[in-house]
Amino acid sequence: MRNMQATQLLSELSSPGRRAARLPPCDVPEVPLEQLLPAELVSSAPPPLPELSEPDIIRHFINLSTKNMSVDTHFYPLGSCTMKYNPKRNERLASLPGLVDLHPHQVPELSQGMLELLYSMQQMLGEIAGLPAVSLQPAAGAQGEFTALLTASAYFRSRGETRTRVLFPASAHGTNPASAALAGFECVQLKGGSDGFVDLAELKTQLDSRTAVFMVTNPNTLGMFEKDIAEVARLVHEVGGLVYIDGANMNAICGITRPGDFGGDMMHYNVHKTFTGPHGAGGPGSGPIAVRDFLGPFLPGPMIERHQTANEPPVYRLVNPPHSIGRVRSFFGNVGILVRGYCYLRTLGPAGVRAMSENAVLNANYLLACLKDVLPVPQGNRCMHEFVASAKELKESRGISAMDVAKRLLDHGFHAPTVYFPLVVAEALMIEPTETESKETLDAFVEALRTIVRDDPTHLHQAPHSTPVSRPDDVRAARQPILRWNPS
Amino acid sequence: MAYLVNTPSERQQMLDAIGAASVAELFDQIPVPLRMERPLDIPPALTELELEAHLRDLASRNGAVGTRVCFLGGGAYDHFIPAAVDAVASRSEFYTAYTPYQAEASQGSLQAFFEYQSLICQLMGLEVANASLYEGGTAVSEAVFMAMRVTDRHRRVVVLGSVHPHARQVCQTYLRQIDCELVTIPTPDGIANLAEVARVLDDQTACLVVQSPNYLGCLEQTRELCAAAHKMGALAIVSCHPLSLGLLTRPGDAGADIAVAEGQSLGIPLQYGGPYLGVLACREEFVRKMPGRLIGETIDRLGRRTFVLNLQAREQHIRREKATSNICTNQGLMALRATVFLTLLGPEGLRETANLCLQKAHYAARRLATLPGVELATQAPFFHEFVLRCRGGAGPLLSRAREAGFDLGPALAPQDAPGLAAPQDCLLVAVTEQRTKAQIDRLVDVLAR
Repeated sequence: MRNMQATQLLSELSSPGRRAARLPPCDVPEVPLEQLLPAELVSSAPPPLPELSEPDIIRHFINLSTKNMSVDTHFYPLGSCTMKYNPKRNERLASLPGLVDLHPHQVPELSQGMLELLYSMQQMLGEIAGLPAVSLQPAAGAQGEFTALLTASAYFRSRGETRTRVLFPASAHGTNPASAALAGFECVQLKGGSDGFVDLAELKTQLDSRTAVFMVTNPNTLGMFEKDIAEVARLVHEVGGLVYIDGANMNAICGITRPGDFGGDMMHYNVHKTFTGPHGAGGPGSGPIAVRDFLGPFLPGPMIERHQTANEPPVYRLVNPPHSIGRVRSFFGNVGILVRGYCYLRTLGPAGVRAMSENAVLNANYLLACLKDVLPVPQGNRCMHEFVASAKELKESRGISAMDVAKRLLDHGFHAPTVYFPLVVAEALMIEPTETESKETLDAFVEALRTIVRDDPTHLHQAPHSTPVSRPDDVRAARQPILRWNPS
Repeated sequence: MAYLVNTPSERQQMLDAIGAASVAELFDQIPVPLRMERPLDIPPALTELELEAHLRDLASRNGAVGTRVCFLGGGAYDHFIPAAVDAVASRSEFYTAYTPYQAEASQGSLQAFFEYQSLICQLMGLEVANASLYEGGTAVSEAVFMAMRVTDRHRRVVVLGSVHPHARQVCQTYLRQIDCELVTIPTPDGIANLAEVARVLDDQTACLVVQSPNYLGCLEQTRELCAAAHKMGALAIVSCHPLSLGLLTRPGDAGADIAVAEGQSLGIPLQYGGPYLGVLACREEFVRKMPGRLIGETIDRLGRRTFVLNLQAREQHIRREKATSNICTNQGLMALRATVFLTLLGPEGLRETANLCLQKAHYAARRLATLPGVELATQAPFFHEFVLRCRGGAGPLLSRAREAGFDLGPALAPQDAPGLAAPQDCLLVAVTEQRTKAQIDRLVDVLAR
């Protein structure tokens, strides 16, 4: 059934003179090119793009699509990524011409519907965070982190304080230190915390007047709620620092507890995760940030404001916060993803948002309960929306690694969990089922894992066996990088 | 509850297996004082039917391009998008997958992004392209950081005043925390003065940032500007409009070390400013200094052609604070759209599209400049966008056009075009291949009244 032709590249399928798109004839009086443009700016020939017909192009890309696993085709328990069902209504509604064909330079008077939507999104995200000031601009979570750190920096500067250090636990996502470094901070990784929790003693030794921000993911990357988060926040605040909550794991706690209520001063959302963006094969994402009132004046502009005068319908305007750090991107954010997130939140409503998190946590705990006899889960018997199993014993006893398990899962029709993260667990398999999976799917996944851990190790080292390719040579890829098609 | 799967009795079975009395018990880890005691204060749930009516109402209150005639420019353009682009991008095997960490389960995405990199190299005349950045503005900043790493000059960056103001502002924001001076060269004539550029560049400058066509639509003397940068040992970063490359010299051929672009015109809808596509390509020698993901070709254990995430040691999930960028999630689906779009156009389609844009824009410019009190603000050559200067200010002309269903602009603010005389009288007009002679003529008639 599988069409293996799709391994050919477009340029290899190209045939000179083939065409897909046709353009209308020029309907204005045509002026010779040399009268319009200086010769040295004009190329002698157009770029050497491949030449294909439309039927060829469609078959090529549709065949390519069948070489992917996706949420719509497979259970995709990729930890920390919240691979939940992406509602089809969101796709349709985000494609309404009045939204998808709106130019970003259209004047506010002719963009009131869009501005109302975005304003409402600001309000909802502020409420779910318990942090009222919201910027929708960041394009993804990592840019949200960076934006919040710049915001913090501007805040400290306004108070005449020089704070140079950003702290984070060893279990932090790689984006946390990368964003801190980009924002010009010194990165300090806390030692300890191998049980997944912030080590309070270690935190105390590192906190001082140089501390700008403590970045923490809560629930953490082991899928546990930081039990001491209130104390963590108190300690950070005591030295005048701010607490940043990486919102990658918000799917566990929406409507149940709020970053603003447990001590966070700033956070980002991943709208493409928690609020079903979708993930788009690696983006576009959307990473709005929510911060405390006193940080609002420093957020990037523009933001959306609502003005209501008596007996008149509300008017929405674009404003720049008074001490704004400036722009972090062109225009207003990844609006198309925000529209989908808006549709999702409006579909769920207050009770639905809470039910979303409750069922994400129920599914994860059920999977944990069924799985812990198959693969050890060092953190114990309970989790939030995800947990981290370890293949350490399996590796020591039978030579089967987390990677072997992950690859063999593909043969069983399941996408692999996140592997080898967080770094604090050896041979980690980070599993996040989400709330949109059925009990039967979770049961089948457990059965697959039960089979795999008993499988012949040699067979596992060569897995997967049913996918279009198996075990790519990464070393060769890195030693002799081939990063584009080359005529041979 | 929308999208939930398991029935109450299944949920009870699951709780029994867990050994928990209730779902609430699963949240015992959260200290009681930190829990929310009230329902969220967000609007009530809507059924699909109600949601659709609500979104249609919101959408109806926007002046989108289909209901009006769009001559708006300023970095986002109303170019045609063939149906085949939507057909591919709406394959949920693409849009409901994530970052292709598991190569065996992601050959579709990986090959598509490898194709994207190949096409961008062909388009830009350069040797390596990454698999996308957020959008054009941040692409400039990422290129600037990359130039600092390549040259090991971290104190001074020079940018032309004709570069898109959003890109310049983003760059200012990104450089805010590090002690690096961002020098802006005013462009009073619409394009850079070569002597002035040569005067400002020095041997501490990491890079010169050029945009052509620039924010005013004008074409810079890219080749000479790149040479001027190289003379000082600086890198030349050239931002371009991808569709213009159907006609214009490619950045790589003009001497650019790094080419960037806002990729929106490559089959991506306007959608009020995003998601768009940050394009970045460069010379091969800089590959290990590049930000973002790179897809590489290799073989698998049976010798089959295979595509993988490559050179990941540059990236945040491996290198953490020493990574070349903090970018993780990029704009994958937008890169896929651009790939399909460029393939549909092919070389001839690209050239014809560029020529239609050029011809129609010049026709519109000739006609609009005949209006009393209206003139072209610069004499520089332009592609599909130009600046009109209107005696008495840009506002009245914009309003008159708007009332008749024509959208022009944006109007220029002084900081949008450093050095340009009387910016308050100036506005941008962009003309894509989608505009017709009849629409242009009607616009002129409306404004002549």
